Amino acid sequence: MSEVTITIDGLEIKAREGTTVLQAAQENGLYIPNLCNHPDLDPAGLCRVCVVKMDDWKIAISCKLPVKDGMVISTEDPEVQQIRKNTVELLVANHPMTCLTCERDSTCELQKVAHYVGIKPDDIKRYRRSVRSIPMDTSNPFFDMDHSKCILCGICVRTCDELQNINAINYAQRGVASLISTLGNKPIAESRCESCGECVVRCPVAALSPKNTMEPMRQVKSICTYCGVGCGVMLGVRGDQIVSVEGDYDNPVNQGSLCVKGRYGYKFINHPERLKTPLVRKNGELVEATWDEALDQIEAKFSKHKGEKFAALASARITNEDNYLIQKFTRAVMGTNNIDHCARL
Amino acid sequence: MLQRINSPSEMVEMRDFCKAAFARQKVRFLVCAGTGCIAGGSMEVYEELKRHIAERGEDVDVELLFEGKDSEAGASISGCHGFCQMGPLVRVEPKSTFYTKVKVKDVPDIITTTLDEDSVVERLLFKNPDGSHAVAEHDVPFYNRQTRIVLAGCGTIDPEDIRNYFAVDGYTALAQIFADHSPEEVIDIVTQSGLRGRGGGGFPAGRKWKAGYDAKATPKYVVCNGDEGDPGAFMDRSVLEGNPQAVLEGMTIAAYSIGARYGVIYVRAEYPLAVVRLQKAIAQAKEFGVLGENIMGTGFDFDIDIFQGAGAFVCGESTALTLSIEGKRGMPRVAPRPRTTEVGLYDKPTLLNNVKTFAYVPDIIRKSADWFKAIGTESSSGTAVFALTGHIKNSGLIEVPMGIKLREIIFDIGGGIPKGGKFKAVQTGGPSGGCLPESLLDTPIDYDSLDEAGSIMGSGGMVIMNERTCMVDVARYFLQFTEEESCGQCVPCRLGTKQLLEILNDICRGRGKKEDLDLLVELSHSVHGGSVCGLGQTAANPVLTTLRYFKAEYEAHIYDKCCPAGVCKELISFVIDEEKCKGCMLCAKNCPVDAISGEKKQVHTIDQSLCIQCGVCFDKCPNKFSAVECVSPKIPVTPKEKMEVS
Repeated sequence: MSEVTITIDGLEIKAREGTTVLQAAQENGLYIPNLCNHPDLDPAGLCRVCVVKMDDWKIAISCKLPVKDGMVISTEDPEVQQIRKNTVELLVANHPMTCLTCERDSTCELQKVAHYVGIKPDDIKRYRRSVRSIPMDTSNPFFDMDHSKCILCGICVRTCDELQNINAINYAQRGVASLISTLGNKPIAESRCESCGECVVRCPVAALSPKNTMEPMRQVKSICTYCGVGCGVMLGVRGDQIVSVEGDYDNPVNQGSLCVKGRYGYKFINHPERLKTPLVRKNGELVEATWDEALDQIEAKFSKHKGEKFAALASARITNEDNYLIQKFTRAVMGTNNIDHCARL
Repeated sequence: MLQRINSPSEMVEMRDFCKAAFARQKVRFLVCAGTGCIAGGSMEVYEELKRHIAERGEDVDVELLFEGKDSEAGASISGCHGFCQMGPLVRVEPKSTFYTKVKVKDVPDIITTTLDEDSVVERLLFKNPDGSHAVAEHDVPFYNRQTRIVLAGCGTIDPEDIRNYFAVDGYTALAQIFADHSPEEVIDIVTQSGLRGRGGGGFPAGRKWKAGYDAKATPKYVVCNGDEGDPGAFMDRSVLEGNPQAVLEGMTIAAYSIGARYGVIYVRAEYPLAVVRLQKAIAQAKEFGVLGENIMGTGFDFDIDIFQGAGAFVCGESTALTLSIEGKRGMPRVAPRPRTTEVGLYDKPTLLNNVKTFAYVPDIIRKSADWFKAIGTESSSGTAVFALTGHIKNSGLIEVPMGIKLREIIFDIGGGIPKGGKFKAVQTGGPSGGCLPESLLDTPIDYDSLDEAGSIMGSGGMVIMNERTCMVDVARYFLQFTEEESCGQCVPCRLGTKQLLEILNDICRGRGKKEDLDLLVELSHSVHGGSVCGLGQTAANPVLTTLRYFKAEYEAHIYDKCCPAGVCKELISFVIDEEKCKGCMLCAKNCPVDAISGEKKQVHTIDQSLCIQCGVCFDKCPNKFSAVECVSPKIPVTPKEKMEVS
């Protein structure tokens, strides 16, 4: 891909052709404030915070503006500063001031942008403050939706559409009454939402926030145990408990994405009823046993049932390699082709 | 003869045939069947006229004219004449005798004076301000300064019968281009005419058509924007109701120029009459082979569908409109984006113009680009259509050459302010426009001059306001409109219009702060610069222009808690002048909250703690007394009075 040279605030940078000004800036380590942009999604240009001035005359939105060789961009032009500041002030004036107790305190994009723009308490005092009072949607077992914090950036809508192809949510109503809604404004749990939580991790504020998670003390890189896809996960650990799961962006298998089980189904790990040893039936009751004990029993019993009377059913939760071994074992050791898999349709 | 037209040359024969047929009718009563006059009872007048003519033994059936029979008199409906204030209107051809406010009981007089006495019914004629009567339509001051091109057919032809349109040279422009002009030549004519988009933006039509022609992808579409949404505006509605065939012909010419196969007319569902007339017009045009497959035997196909919009103002924006036709949420696409002429309806090249823009085209083709260019000004050629409303004597629909001064429209055509009122401001361009004061009344009407004054041409709404109008309240009204109609996708428009509205609400209630004026200006500029589409970019115009020209009024509201025009309820009180009150009791009888006390022939008083400032007493007090006065700031209600109430 060929490169072009553009100038941002007097700084010449190289940019890949076909990228936008915002992308080019980010790739060169320059920060242009933005809210509705997400690297995984097509730019929407709705928050208007990434506004810049192009070639000294035109106000443009950097997330949608394609780079052109010789382009001169200003992010600090007085007109740009004014539009950006007013836009962020409007958002803040319509946002709850509950930062200290907010889930996203310190990771909130609105906070970051407001801080960058330099909003002072007196600036906000000029405005008529109002916070929307739509009841929270707590129907989903894994995450809540708080409309009062929603800045209508549309990242969740685009995630559900572009990445997940589910389209469980979209804009409803119009003007100030606009809100993110399911079809017919039903609770999320009753919609076609699959609770993958992809929107939740991308929400720049705490409009979508997971239930019952705590900030981890450290993160441990691992592989999700649920299925053979083998998504990379970052397990959030606090003490000896797992308190959160994030998709591993560096893992080539899932590139950060997770499904509902991988993201929210981690409670079994510390569950008291979790099986930690094999169980062997003795006198009609299942009792805990060692692996040697269990394997000895299997060997003793299986050897009596070789041939067509044996069949094996393999699981999608194990890896390809393990599935290969099961069919090898069934055919070569047990001497039958009676092998099947739970994911076979 | 009344059959499908199979070649462009047959079109001329058809025209002559229809012309001759209508000429056989010696006298024709044209009854306005625009929405306003229908509401006033014009259809009953029309039926009564037909009945009376039939009783005289005349054949009123139009079909007989086409069979070669002569007729002494006939009646016909027509589109909106424009002078809605004086409706229902009846015009008698060929003399153009113009009757106003016609009731069913007037019909016998009209018939006998016209057919037997060859005179006129004086009481129904328009009365000039000097007391004389105007007999013919062109004698009425409302009409004689107008130049009617796009409205020419409205009020003169029956919109539900295509043969009327044929008789006034309809579809000869289409025949002419099929016979003589290549698509490029048609685009050249449109370019040379200087026609600019009449939706309000004023983009040169020729350039848009050229872009549509140059676009490579197929199929291409022609879309007619009839999503007229400005409060008080009904220009497009009148054209669609009064002369739908002109719009269809203009669209077909556009389709031929850019090579489109399909067209869509986007019209609001709130215009049921326009929808019905368009449906009839399309069916008839197809029957005569001037629309549909193999038009005029040339092999060119073009079909038009009607799409009924659900009434969102923002769907008048071209990209939101195309998305709405696709069945998606009507939200403008975010720039930078390709032009609609490249990526429009169903992501295909789409030529989108306003109703009036298309309606001009047949005339331009027939009469030449130079003819059109000669009307109006250098940069804005042709005419402008306005819906005159508000505090004006003659409200209605007018068409004037570009370059005419606001003063001429308001005082000569509109007849000035009624009831001896004083002019205060004029608002053009609907909610996106601005309010201009008396000092700017000599501003010529054209795209650039209005822009310079802080307003816009818009699609043609013109609201006139008298001295009893509060400009802060006006700004608040328009902001309320844009705030409700914002699609909500971008922050500056969604939250900016809301914030502006709340500040204006506070100022109107006497809760304005001194820093609000700066904040209004600051926010207005940011909403203008930051918004995605035209709706947001122009939403603050009413605020900016009223602040520019009527700043003192804002200051009075904020610093003195005073509404100089006496409009903002929370800043005014009504009082009765003891010396003027004659104790007629009219005010007391009409007060809805019984706040006025006083015996007959005794001075009345208003209990301020009960008064709700509805102004009924002010309106009811006879002019000869004028004892009720509106005062601002508000008279404080003493705590004692409050206690008595509780």
